[in-house]
Amino acid sequence: MKQAVDVSQLKVDPATRQLVTAGAPKKISDFDKNALEESIKIREKNAGAEVFTLTVSPEDAKVVLREGLAMGADKAYCVVDPAFQGVDTSGTSYVLSEMVRKVGEFDLILCGDSSLDSFSGLVGPRMAELLNLPQITSVKKVVVEGDTVIAERSLEDAVEMVKAKMPALLSVTREINQPRIPSLMMIMKASKKEIVAWTLKDLNIPAEKTAAKIEVLEALAPKMERKKIKIAGETVEEIGEKLAKALLQEGVVGR
Amino acid sequence: MNGQGGVWVFSEVYDLTLEMLGKGRELADKLQTELSAIVIGNNVQDKADELVKYGADKVYLIDHSALERFQAEAYLGIIQNLALKSHPEILLIGSTRNGKPLAARLSTRLDAGCVPDCIRLSIDDKKRLVGERITYGGNAIAKITFKSKPQVATVPLRAFEKPEKKDHNGQVVKSDFKVEPAKTEVVERKPLETSSVRIEEAQSIVSGGRGLEKKDDIALLQDLAKILGGQVGCSRPLVEDRKWFTDWIGLSGHKVKPKLYIACGVSGVIQHVAGIRDSKIIVAINKDPEAPIFEVADYGVVGDLYQVVPALRDALKKMLQ
Repeated sequence: MKQAVDVSQLKVDPATRQLVTAGAPKKISDFDKNALEESIKIREKNAGAEVFTLTVSPEDAKVVLREGLAMGADKAYCVVDPAFQGVDTSGTSYVLSEMVRKVGEFDLILCGDSSLDSFSGLVGPRMAELLNLPQITSVKKVVVEGDTVIAERSLEDAVEMVKAKMPALLSVTREINQPRIPSLMMIMKASKKEIVAWTLKDLNIPAEKTAAKIEVLEALAPKMERKKIKIAGETVEEIGEKLAKALLQEGVVGR
Repeated sequence: MNGQGGVWVFSEVYDLTLEMLGKGRELADKLQTELSAIVIGNNVQDKADELVKYGADKVYLIDHSALERFQAEAYLGIIQNLALKSHPEILLIGSTRNGKPLAARLSTRLDAGCVPDCIRLSIDDKKRLVGERITYGGNAIAKITFKSKPQVATVPLRAFEKPEKKDHNGQVVKSDFKVEPAKTEVVERKPLETSSVRIEEAQSIVSGGRGLEKKDDIALLQDLAKILGGQVGCSRPLVEDRKWFTDWIGLSGHKVKPKLYIACGVSGVIQHVAGIRDSKIIVAINKDPEAPIFEVADYGVVGDLYQVVPALRDALKKMLQ
């Protein structure tokens, strides 16, 4: 689970077009909530199964971890280290994979297909590679049968049913489910659940493994220079004609 | 030019390969290096030959009956081995649902950085690749460069123009390969209805948002789209909240750049706008004069889409006759 910037609440400095990310509200990345919801559903059908959440973050992520526990995760693991500031998907996936190894045995890893803020979609497949796991991306339906997982994935031109032996890693889309909203009871129960906090040192991760391979030079609000011409008229017919004429003149309709 | 370094492109989608070759040619010329394409498939010699005409100096051809369809591990292993042998400086991979995870895994195997979904690419004065991508849910465009090589970037469909075909000298190299065993098995594949053209290809799009009162009212937009020879789309709430449709236009859905985009009853949240920002002309029809869509529209009508859309349809019909 990623603690992501809540992009719907981001502000832009109109003078510089810089985003005001300092102090911007954070939340669980939407897709990751779908991944957690799906994990809980799978656990409900498989007695004895447990759901753990794994998070890496440059800053305290307790609120997000507690929310995951309130939704129904059994235990949360996190590595919080200022060294993650500016980490890229290569470093993030490496640390997450080392966390998986330290946690121990597992059947399935579910990730969000992308994150809410950076929207890269690389961490899941990178982890699958590091852990040498079968991976299925763009998953919108999952069925677990014995030691096999069957997932339905959406491609641009087809829908595929894909089978893999567990352990496996799946990246899920937002279509897969509607994440539950924890009740007050669940929130109270979650306060007793365990959050395991590790450092990079606990995981024996050398600094070069988290060194970024890419560098963000700038991130500016896009310029949208549009004409912003309002079309009005006495009657709706007049509006229709004015608009049609304007589009014809722009050369965007007809032959 | 000894085959070391160079700019490489790969996509399992042919059109996207061509588009990346156009941009790749520019990057390779700037770096004074070779442009190569990788073609994997069954009976694809013709395609490989054609890629030379689209600007490739070298085409690595892997042609085998077992490679008809995309297979993650097989394709990954092939590209990895070629890259380990010839050390490309830049790898452009098509950002499809299969291509992006392929790029991610390849980057991991090659210990490389990866910048996904680049809508612009350039070379800076330090000869590094710089990719621009939409980030923070459409709130920003980030310029990102690399600190190590190879530099892997993924490129979405329609980000770059398909180049002109012309005479060009290049060679097609048949390459040896081993098929890496698959870790997953596709047990069923249902092609999506192909009756309509992909919305990314549409020259004009009429899209509906929350302002549509019921699912059947999409017919209203279809009428207008028909006159324009275009297609109909919708914004995410009609998929996510109302479950009327399965595909939406926006940052997380289809990113489009038609000549004409008409948003009907679409409020214009930033994620939607990020998916239409490269449209030539944007028209907004919305009851709410405060709707943010008007800020990004060339032409705006404050009014009821149920009246304005038919009026526009009738006016266009008359004029185009």
